[in-house]
Amino acid sequence: MIVSTRTGSLTFAEVAPGKGMDVALARTPADVLRWIDASGLRGRGGAGFPTSLKWELAAKSPGALKYVICNADEGEPGTFKDRVILADFADLVFEGMTIAAYCIAARQGIVYLRAEYTYLRPHLEAVLARRREAHLLGKGIAGRAGFDFDIEIHMGSGSYVCGEETALIESLEGQRGEPRNRPPFPIDTGYLGNPTTVNNVETFAWAACILARGADWFKEYGTAKSTGHKLFSVSGDCQRPGVYEFPLGITIEAFLQEVGGEDAKAVQVGGAAGQCVPRGEFHRALAYEDIPTGGSIIVFGPQRDMLRVAANFLEFFIDESCGQCTPCREGTIKLLEGVKMLQRGQCSMDYLEELCSLGETMQLASKCGLGQTAPNTFLSIVSHFRDEILGRTAAWSPE
Amino acid sequence: MTDTSPHESAHTRAPASQRSRTAEMLEHAKRLGKMIPVTIDGNPIEVPLGTSVLEAAQRLGIRIPTLCYHEDLCLAGVCRVCVVQIEGQRTLQAACSYPITAPINVSTHTAKVRRARRHVIDLLLSAHVGECYTCSRNNHCELQDLAAEYGVDAFRFGRRETRRYPIDASSHAVVRDMDKCVLCRRCVRTCIDLQEVGVLEALRRGARTKIGTFMDKPLGSVVCISCGQCINRCPTGALRANDPTDDVWDAIDDPDKHVVIQTAPSPRAAIGECFGLEPGNAITFKLNSALRRCGFDRVFDTNFAADLTIMEEGVELLLRLKRALVDRDSTAALPQLTSCSPGWVKFLEHFYPEYIPNLSTAKSPQQMFGALLKTYYTDLNGLDPRNVVTVALMPCSAKKFECNRPEMCASGFKDVDYGLTTRELGKMIREAGVDPLKLPKSDFDDPFGTATGSGVIFGTTGGVMEAALRTVLELVTGLKVEKFFDHADIVPVRGFEGVRHVEIPVTQVGPVPPLVAHLFNNWKWLKGATLKVGVAHGTANAKKVMEDVKAGGQFSQCHFIEFMACPGGCLGGGGQPTPTSPAIRAARAKAIYAEDRSYTIRKSHENPAILKVYDEFLTDGPCGHRSHKLLHTTYTPRGKYIE
Repeated sequence: MIVSTRTGSLTFAEVAPGKGMDVALARTPADVLRWIDASGLRGRGGAGFPTSLKWELAAKSPGALKYVICNADEGEPGTFKDRVILADFADLVFEGMTIAAYCIAARQGIVYLRAEYTYLRPHLEAVLARRREAHLLGKGIAGRAGFDFDIEIHMGSGSYVCGEETALIESLEGQRGEPRNRPPFPIDTGYLGNPTTVNNVETFAWAACILARGADWFKEYGTAKSTGHKLFSVSGDCQRPGVYEFPLGITIEAFLQEVGGEDAKAVQVGGAAGQCVPRGEFHRALAYEDIPTGGSIIVFGPQRDMLRVAANFLEFFIDESCGQCTPCREGTIKLLEGVKMLQRGQCSMDYLEELCSLGETMQLASKCGLGQTAPNTFLSIVSHFRDEILGRTAAWSPE
Repeated sequence: MTDTSPHESAHTRAPASQRSRTAEMLEHAKRLGKMIPVTIDGNPIEVPLGTSVLEAAQRLGIRIPTLCYHEDLCLAGVCRVCVVQIEGQRTLQAACSYPITAPINVSTHTAKVRRARRHVIDLLLSAHVGECYTCSRNNHCELQDLAAEYGVDAFRFGRRETRRYPIDASSHAVVRDMDKCVLCRRCVRTCIDLQEVGVLEALRRGARTKIGTFMDKPLGSVVCISCGQCINRCPTGALRANDPTDDVWDAIDDPDKHVVIQTAPSPRAAIGECFGLEPGNAITFKLNSALRRCGFDRVFDTNFAADLTIMEEGVELLLRLKRALVDRDSTAALPQLTSCSPGWVKFLEHFYPEYIPNLSTAKSPQQMFGALLKTYYTDLNGLDPRNVVTVALMPCSAKKFECNRPEMCASGFKDVDYGLTTRELGKMIREAGVDPLKLPKSDFDDPFGTATGSGVIFGTTGGVMEAALRTVLELVTGLKVEKFFDHADIVPVRGFEGVRHVEIPVTQVGPVPPLVAHLFNNWKWLKGATLKVGVAHGTANAKKVMEDVKAGGQFSQCHFIEFMACPGGCLGGGGQPTPTSPAIRAARAKAIYAEDRSYTIRKSHENPAILKVYDEFLTDGPCGHRSHKLLHTTYTPRGKYIE
């Protein structure tokens, strides 16, 4: 797999482990929060919630027991950058978790590891053991009396929706992985009812880097609203798929040049829950203020049948919806039926319009982010590829 | 990770996504008393911090349609029928589960909201096998009502006509037809949160989600207690009681069969709801006329058997007390636990089988009556018990299970042939073209005709305890219970509080009455004692009490504890008319206590029919040899093992 950046190596490889934590522990938790705030770091899982705000809310929430949870349930189709981070830079992730614990006064950290990443567990356990030996975890971390924090690994069981933070917490508690009603939010009522911060693997690693190198260093890259670098997982119809690091704000056009996908007719940004961007919009930027992403980039070459793309993602959601709320559970089925009707040339314009309206209802009325984003790809394909998807006949074959 | 927060103090096993945690938070917030100004559809109102949008709208008289929401249950927020628009928010919010914590501006019927609700209803209909004509819930189905309310005039997203799931009729009590299920999960929350039984749960996910049991076993082979609370809260026909009305009609139509029916007080206080009466109006004596019109040969009052139960259970208690206090017998198994709620009995057999010795061996009124009908009654009337069909009108689905227990054949026959729920009898009466509200009143048939108020209050939580105390206190003190409690209303054991603990001192004792003279020489050993009793209704509360007993808490010191499987007692039973709510149950309770007050005889041991039975038939008295054979039973330790 290609792991590359314009400078040749990932930033994470250049930051010395341990430095960030030294810097953090020399300051008060409030100072550390200010530092993170100044960097503008936003959640790397895709939603882009300001990291410092999440930690600050968890810090202010009353409770003797607090938890730091690392969301390593990397299940978004086309995403595999956390796998690289966990395999090669686990120290940075654990360091970031320890810094978060220092900020919010948590005593327990949990890595919720995707079931398919079971093979990484021995490695991660070894890193944790080494950190315990070095007094970077456990009681009185780095000689600071009263700073007790340890991390354990909890395996997921293969459900996509457990990447949603409240479903993840349900799963951790031994329940069926289903999103909760929000509010209340995990920052005050999280794991076992206690204040909990749930952050993406990459977010923790960047937090450690920011402490090591400074907020100004981080802010130098990216845009005003989307600061810093970000890792991307690139797959599909391009010459050089792999994991890339780019500053946020990069246009899709520039991105495709880097990965050898210049002839793409569309790019799926953000995985199944993301959106399908047509060629005409390749000038747009990968940034929270334009096209937000957790890092999944799937390139569709000129030969791809966009109805097949839509069907593929909808089949995924039909399987992976938790089944709780009506719009998501039933709506995805109706959208897929619609795609199949389009494939046979049997979908009337009226019904297609009705399905698009249903898609909007799913975005508005579903209980969690999964259902709210499930219709995105269908809607973008219908609106951008009308010529391609309409007017097919039953005999039409994509190949 | 062994640390748990106080939130987790084992009071419910429901996962947070289905649990009242949000509601608890709301309760907590409400106590803070902070008032928040909000605007709903342009109407300003101030509500306590934490009030849900739904509740605030209700206060303003604004209707927001709901489906998965139920007053008795914790908040799920899954059906999305109740979505509303909150200004400044990107997505719509479920009104039932959105707590108001800051001033907000809510719109309940914008174009977006109406479209979303309509879509949700269309989607629910598309996945529902809507056989409305043949459905047990035809004309009182919440899904039908929603479709009508939202003017659904076409199946916009199609409809399911082929079945996916077999109907599960393995349970004597509850039939599950999952093709009619709309996955609102009220049954799941009823089972795990309200009742803490936890038989039902969502299985699989996505399009394959279904409500099922452990390993998808038939309901008849899992730890279901047959309480039927899930039926009462199912919005559609996905859950219904196992309906024997065809068999009952066949018996009525058979000229060789003598068909008798006993009616319990709770269905009499609720069956009017099936005919449009407001909850809280008992139609006991009009119902007698309706039953005769339907073709039942005799109509008897279950209260007679309730009085008999009090005699047997009360004397059994006195015997256990004597064994414990006088004979110092450590096997006396106190506290004695009531046994008249078959759902509770099955709950104990599954979850606390080690306490079977504590269960009163007295049968429930339904079963005592059945045993007497096929012995005493047939003897008196020269009938062949083979040709007598005994039907029981009960508020209960577990009674269907109970009458099919192999233990219940003391007469040499099946003591009670059919248990009918209130809903099923309502259906039979309609089918017979009878309007019970327009009929004249008529009395119960002899020889069991006369009833007492004590029998009536069996229908409500605390009623068995009150009836037992009236009798036990009078037997022991020789004084009228009115001397201790005004109008013989033993108010401390009444109410809807989930768990109650009451102490009643026995300040004086009298002579032993002749009825029990063969069992006791004197009551001296009870003088100065304090009778400690407990009451619990709903199995979640029963669990609390049993855990306390196990842990040696205050309830372990009790002498007698009343348990009812259903919230509110029998009046909230799984066979009662739908819908149910705390207000409806309170209205039914009021009707029951009013009926108690209306009787001249209000104590079981003063019932002349009871005295006559002991005089003529059960001649060796309460807890004597014959009553043991006919009126007492044994239990089956079931545990949680699933075949």
